[in-house]
Amino acid sequence: MPVTKWNAQVKKAAEIPDTIARAFYIARTGRPGPVLVDISKDAQIESMNFRYRKCTYIRSYNPVNPIASRDMESAAVMINHSERPLILAGHGVIISGAVTELKSLAEKGGIPVAVTLLGIPAFSHDHRLFAGMLGMHGNYAPNVLTNRADLIIAAGMRFDDRVTGNLKKYAPQARVIHIEIDSSEIDKNVRADLGINGDVKEVLTAIFPHIRERKREEWIREFRILDSTEHEKVIRPETEPENGELKMGEVVKVISEHAGRDAVVVTDVGQHQMAVARYYHFTDSNTLVTSGGMGTMGFGLPAAVGAATGTSDRQVIAFIGDGGIQMTLQELGTIMQYHIPVKIVLLNNSFLGMVRQWQEMFFNSRYASTEMVNPDFVALASAYGIPGRKIKNREELKASAAEMLDSDGPFILVAEVSRTANILPMVEPGASVSEVTLTYNSKS
Amino acid sequence: MKQEFTISLFSESHIGILSRITLILSRRQINIESITASESAVPGVQMLTMVVRTTPEMVQKVARQVEKVVDVLKVFVHTSSEIICQEMALYKVTTRGLMSGSMISDIVRKHNARILEVKSEYMVVEKSGTRAEIKELLALLEPCGVLQFVSSGRVAVTRQVKELNAYLREMEEARGTRQEALEFYN
Repeated sequence: MPVTKWNAQVKKAAEIPDTIARAFYIARTGRPGPVLVDISKDAQIESMNFRYRKCTYIRSYNPVNPIASRDMESAAVMINHSERPLILAGHGVIISGAVTELKSLAEKGGIPVAVTLLGIPAFSHDHRLFAGMLGMHGNYAPNVLTNRADLIIAAGMRFDDRVTGNLKKYAPQARVIHIEIDSSEIDKNVRADLGINGDVKEVLTAIFPHIRERKREEWIREFRILDSTEHEKVIRPETEPENGELKMGEVVKVISEHAGRDAVVVTDVGQHQMAVARYYHFTDSNTLVTSGGMGTMGFGLPAAVGAATGTSDRQVIAFIGDGGIQMTLQELGTIMQYHIPVKIVLLNNSFLGMVRQWQEMFFNSRYASTEMVNPDFVALASAYGIPGRKIKNREELKASAAEMLDSDGPFILVAEVSRTANILPMVEPGASVSEVTLTYNSKS
Repeated sequence: MKQEFTISLFSESHIGILSRITLILSRRQINIESITASESAVPGVQMLTMVVRTTPEMVQKVARQVEKVVDVLKVFVHTSSEIICQEMALYKVTTRGLMSGSMISDIVRKHNARILEVKSEYMVVEKSGTRAEIKELLALLEPCGVLQFVSSGRVAVTRQVKELNAYLREMEEARGTRQEALEFYN
């Protein structure tokens, strides 16, 4: 089953340079994707005269479509005439390098911007137009107000099922502009009134001059009202609990406050990932590495090694769960061998948390194969020469966060958090995004 | 509402393209009713014609995903009314059955079929036509004893005026403004 954008097998050394050139061209252009080049042993051993030719054109591959000025004007007309527009910014904004263009356009038009999981670093959390994260465990306001908007401007995102919830009840009242480099994504899940098949940066730049300046304060206030409800009912209990067990949200918040603005945050997959997406304060772009789409456990630790190797002057903080870390913990060996300064925050709830949550909410708490009996992770890391600390109480949190972030080299902070906490809010399967559940009464 | 569509596509003649394309259809639970692969009028470019039965929305989604495959040049989707098509079938019939009575004149001549081979035990009849015509002849030959029956895939030309060469030229012109073309694996 092909999982690559392109692949090739090379059996002669003479084919290697052109195949590799082609492979990089395909992998990095248009919608980026993985390319596999399989070089046979014969070809590896053979000698040849090396001559490099860059690949810039493949007849059957068209990575980007040129933009039509008529579409740019139509989009601007739709935006200028809308009363309640909402921008949905996804990963494509970051890949395209369009973070500045997005900010300029949103500010000029007075348009609130909501982000997908992978689009989180596309818009600063500090900005007054930031509307929050969309989706199954996203923020209350953008989910509810998606079904109040009269115009949705989707940029570099593909209306994944985590974002849309029940498609039959997804923004039926809104017109949709879909700016997307991959033409097969337009009209795939959500019908676009105006589909623009192009590069996000080019498109936003071309639309900008036609946008009329508007303030839209009342529409933005609707977001703030729902934000306070969410803050009262969900965010404060999770990030500033007065008593009870340590919560994932509060650990993430404390680390977020101690870390640098340009720290690279890496996550694995699961409840902790949602906690980071919701409670870490992101301001700069290129600050989040996470596995979305087909989120894969075990991603976190090796991805953090990669991030640290690729950015020698930035802090790399990896948030990982007790389930995910045990899928790729051999990378502690890589960290030891190459002295890679990854800061690991292990949120340990002794469960495969996300699965347990679904079992509790939808399967009468039948916890089949989700309970974890874990080793002493600090001892494990220390066997790899990695110092660490384990905490259970919130009094220890600030000091240990500082200890971790101030240390040179790798460090593991194991936080024993509430075993049966649930990630909220939640758009339950089959529900509409506006039916997002804010609170849930645990039976356990 | 499911209906019949003919998907014709042009791709580079590389190994492995067929499996990529058929996978896109099978993962959407679409069965390929017939498939023909052949050289096209343009050298180095092959043409694939597939007949599927699905809804108009699904066939559009699938066509876009097939066009995304790196070696695929262009994909066309047509309903039956937009194309002119032919299929060919071979029928191996017992000689005794076919020779009896006026079978040969009634069936073979009236249906414009040809006799390709005559042997003491069997004869091979060939017919080109629409799928309905081919099925009709099969039904008529059944009483004679059909030993073997095989039908080719669909071969189709469109009723539209613009042809592949025009599309290829347009594509090249649109992208000629970018860097000079370097072609590999021609």
